[in-house]
Parts: sequence; structure tokens; C-alpha cells
Amino acid sequence: MKPLLTANHLSVQFGGLKAVNNVSFEVWPNEVFSLIGPNGAGKTTIFNLISGLYRPSAGFVTFEGEKISHLAPYEIARLGIARTFQNIELFEHATVLQNLLVGRHCHRHTGWWQDLLFTPRVRQTELQFRRTVEEVIEFLELQHYRDSMVAGLPYGVRKVVELGRALAMRPKLLLLDEPSSGLNVEETEDMGFWIEDIKHDLGITVIMVEHDMGLVSRVSDRVFALNQGEELALGTASEVQSHPAVIEAYLGGTEDDGPPPSPRPAGGGDGGPPPGGGSEHV
Amino acid sequence: MRFLFKTDYRQDLRLFKHGGQVFWYGALLLALAAAPWLLPDYWVSQLIFVCIYAIAGIGLMVLVGFTGQVSLGHAAFLAMGAYTEAYLQSHGWPFVLSLAFSALVAGATGIIVGLPALRVKGMYLAIATLAFGFIVEEGVARAESLTGGNAGKMLGSLEVFGLPIDSDQRFYYLVLFFLVLVVLGVMNLLRSPTGRAFVAIRDSEISAQSMGINLARYKTTAFALSAAIAGIAGALYAHKIRFLSPDQFTFLQSIELLMILVIGGVGSIYGAIFGAAFWIVVQQLIVLAKDWLPPAIGQQTGLQPTVFGLILVAFVLFEPMGLYGRWLKIRTFFQLFPFYRKGLFRRQKSYMKSERLK
Repeated sequence: MKPLLTANHLSVQFGGLKAVNNVSFEVWPNEVFSLIGPNGAGKTTIFNLISGLYRPSAGFVTFEGEKISHLAPYEIARLGIARTFQNIELFEHATVLQNLLVGRHCHRHTGWWQDLLFTPRVRQTELQFRRTVEEVIEFLELQHYRDSMVAGLPYGVRKVVELGRALAMRPKLLLLDEPSSGLNVEETEDMGFWIEDIKHDLGITVIMVEHDMGLVSRVSDRVFALNQGEELALGTASEVQSHPAVIEAYLGGTEDDGPPPSPRPAGGGDGGPPPGGGSEHV
Repeated sequence: MRFLFKTDYRQDLRLFKHGGQVFWYGALLLALAAAPWLLPDYWVSQLIFVCIYAIAGIGLMVLVGFTGQVSLGHAAFLAMGAYTEAYLQSHGWPFVLSLAFSALVAGATGIIVGLPALRVKGMYLAIATLAFGFIVEEGVARAESLTGGNAGKMLGSLEVFGLPIDSDQRFYYLVLFFLVLVVLGVMNLLRSPTGRAFVAIRDSEISAQSMGINLARYKTTAFALSAAIAGIAGALYAHKIRFLSPDQFTFLQSIELLMILVIGGVGSIYGAIFGAAFWIVVQQLIVLAKDWLPPAIGQQTGLQPTVFGLILVAFVLFEPMGLYGRWLKIRTFFQLFPFYRKGLFRRQKSYMKSERLK
């Protein structure tokens, strides 16, 4: 089996700051791969490198065996990589339905002159788009909000709409940037179910940045821990959680080598990571 | 209140959502068609200007209201359309062809002006388009062999498919036809992927491109379409005025167009039409009021700009959604009567947007 996505010695530098430093990993088809690490570890930067918003200063990303690091963000999206954002980036002055329909944009094959005349072909694709979008609406139980303006929706619903917009693309790979941030316990639970369903029922590979270790250990197949742009540990959720380097990054080094405490309380809540112990350390 | 029971996705693709809309827009169209018989010639002439400004306004709306790009040089596109039309007509091109070509020339210019939009945003784009406006204004004045320069250019009488358009009545129908055409075209655009891509770019460029929207291509398309529509308005304007000179297409004209949008309500086709109508009507009211006001005020040179300035300030302060927003509120008031409450249209504070990716 070939990996769906690989990061090969990926580095990016902003001025003197090495945000990501020589990071390599492979993501296999149909797995949930989580990136964890304290704030500023470079998790979102890796997402931006994958989706083409940043260019790596060294190394490259491959998707289905092809190098994609030189492509523009819209070209990468067309390959089948969808993403959500840490601070929701929806189209605020449009309805939920319209937002989800934008997700189908990659699959259009009409030009603007056809749109101007609204030719039968445009009508046909619009109806197809609508059917796909309605499947997503049903999947995420958004029926109630279909025609509401995003600007008037509560935070939790927006989060789901953003997930829906990414799913409407019918991507091969889904990048979720902190899917549970700002959600309450119940909503986080739902998010966990959806991510499992996305993997099992829709067969979409998921890479996820997440702070809530409860959610991470529930849905992830493998976890990749980062600190200050560098790899700390890779393995199953429990392996990574008990890895000494990870504990040190989160809690700071301990003078006495007592039994390592559990690095994060498992379970819901919308807690961020512990105050950046890692960055103060070293 | 009307509740629509939807049973088919096709219902959402319709231009008219229900019978009531068909009825009222039909009535409106009938009233507009009957207007030349009911109104005195002078007001028919003003109605023509409303239509022309509405077309230009819709053109600018595509760019400003839907795609979120600024243009302070839209008068230049009007000028491109107007002068191309004048030039082609003097060379004996039939109207339909010359009008299409005028739109094409203006649209092509729009692509060129759109190029800086791929790199700069906001204020800098405004300055780039402003500069373009001045270049065209100056170019028109200098290119005397094509445009007649500052001495101006006369247009011959208009014929469409052999029918002489020699009265304001006939010209009114022609202009109304093009207004309806442009409105339908833009409505089509808005219910299709292109229009959604425009709106996506307006609301969040970062996620638009992550959804597979090619920013460069769609921004260029928006500029081209916007300019082409302005070009049509310019060509019609040329036939209405029948005399073109560079001082008709100044920076002030561009600002006027933007003001029309703000007064009408940014972000909807209605806004452009309401704004245009308001603009022309208030202009006429000021002319009428001049005779009634004491000469110290009535004969002041800056009366009209001052009044419009005040109106604009009032709109920004009290009705940022423009006339269309006010209309929506009034309509909702009657639909919900007696349950309308004051804060119904107030937007809740928007959540933080990503700062990192700007």
C-alpha cells in the first residue's frame, strides 16, 4: 500500500524563526492522523504547507505519489484536499446552502458565459451539486440551518458548516484544524462521531490538529507530536501520551524522576493546551 | 406572511420564487412600459438616465458588492464604451454590432485594470484604479483623431434594425430592454458557480482558494464583466447625450457611481437600481428647489455636491444597508405586523477572523 500523503524533510522559516524544522511523516489511506503539540509548535503551519498557502523553504509534500509543494492552493484543492480553519473562515454573508455549494466549485465544468445565460447544462450541474450538498446536510444534520445566513449562526453550528463545506468537495483527504475548539462537551462528542463516520462510511482520510486529547485518543489511528517545529514522537495515542519527550514538552522537565503524570486529562472540555510549558523550557 | 413549501430542488433555482413575485414584477414591467405615455417628455428623459445609471451601477455592483474589489475608475469604462460606440457608429457599424464591440473593448480594458487586483488589495487597488481613470481621461483628451479631444465628438442619429430611434420614447424602450437584459444576466450569474465564487472571494479569499477557486481568474472575470456592463451603459449614454467630451468621464463620475451603490445598498441588484433612481430624482428636486430657496443658498455653486454629501453621510450613519435595506425593513414590518421588533436586522458581533493568514 502506498501512502496517500507524505511530508519529506519539510522546513519553513519566517525570518529567523524556524516554524517547521525537518519534519517527515506519512499518512496512509483511510486513517485518522492527528498532529498534537503545544501552541506555536507548527501544527497549523504544516497544514498551510500541505494546502499550499505557504511554500516550504526546504523539503516537499507529495500527494498520491505526486509532488504538490509547487502548486497553488486552488490546484491542491482540485486534487482532492479539503480543509477547515482554526478560526472559522466561512462566507459570512451567504446562506449555509450557498456555503456548501461553494464546496462543489472544483467539480464545475461550465464557464462564466454559460452561467450568464444559465444554460441547461448549468442547471443540470446545479441540481447535481444540490443533491451532493443535501447528502452532506443530512449527514451533519444541518437541515434546520439550510437557508440561514452564516453571519447569524452560533459558533458551534458554524464549525459544523465549515466541516460540511469541506465534505461537500468529496475530498480524498480532509485537513481539520482544531475541529473541537470552542465546542461544548456534547458538540465535541458529535464531532468525534462524525470524524469516525467520515473515516468509515465516507472513506476519507483525515489529518487533524487537535488539543483535546480525549477526542484525539478516541478517533486517531496514529498521533504525531510536535514541539517548536520538530518531531517529538509518532505512534498510537497512548504511546505518544506516555512518551517522555511529549510529557516534557507539555509539563516542562521534572527535577525528580518520579512516575510520569498523565500529560493531559482525558475527556471533553474545550480546554486549550497547558500554558506553553514547552516553549519556555529549553 | 407567505410560507413556501418546497418539494423540488428546482424551486430554489427559479428566478421568481412564487406567484406573488411574478405578479408584482410583471406589474412593475407593465408600469415601466406604460411610463412614456403617462409621463411628460422631460421625465421620460430622466427615466432614461435612471436606466443608464442603473446599468452602470449594476456593473460596479458586480465588482464592489459581489466580488469585494474596489474601483475608483469606473467612469473610464463608461468612457471606453461611449467612445468606442461613437467611433464605430461614425464608421457605419450597425448598432447591435457596435454595442457588442463597445462592451468587448470595455471588458478587455477591465482585464488590464484587473491585473493589479491580483497583487494589491483595498486602498492600493483603489489608487491603482484611480490612476487608470485619470489615464483614460487624459488619453481621451489627447487622442483627437479618434475622440475629437476636448472639442468633443458628435454622434449621428441612431437606427436599430432599420428602425430610427428618433424620440426619447423609443430610446427609452431600448434602454429599458438592456437594463432588463443586464439584470437577468447578473441574476443568472449569482445563482450559478461563478457568482458564488465572486461572493466567496469577497467574504474570505483564504478559504475561497482552499475551496479550489482560482483567485486570479475570478477577479479578472469580475473586472471584465463589470467593465463590459459599464461599457454598455457608456454606449447608451453616448446615444442619449449625442455629444461626448472628456469632462463627462471624470473622477467625480466614478465617485458618483460608488455613491449610488452606497445609497442604494451594497450587495444587491436592487441597490444599484434604487440608488440610480434616487440619484436622478434628488438631482431634479434640487433643480426645482433652487427657484424656491433664497438666492444666497439656491444660487450657490456647490449646492448639489453638498446635498449629496449630506445624504451620503446620513445613509452611512443611519442606514448602512442603503435604500434596499430600508425597503426590506418596511416590508418585514408589514409581513410580521404586529410582531416586528427593532433589533431584527441588527447583526450580532462577528467572530474573530484568522489574523495569521492575512
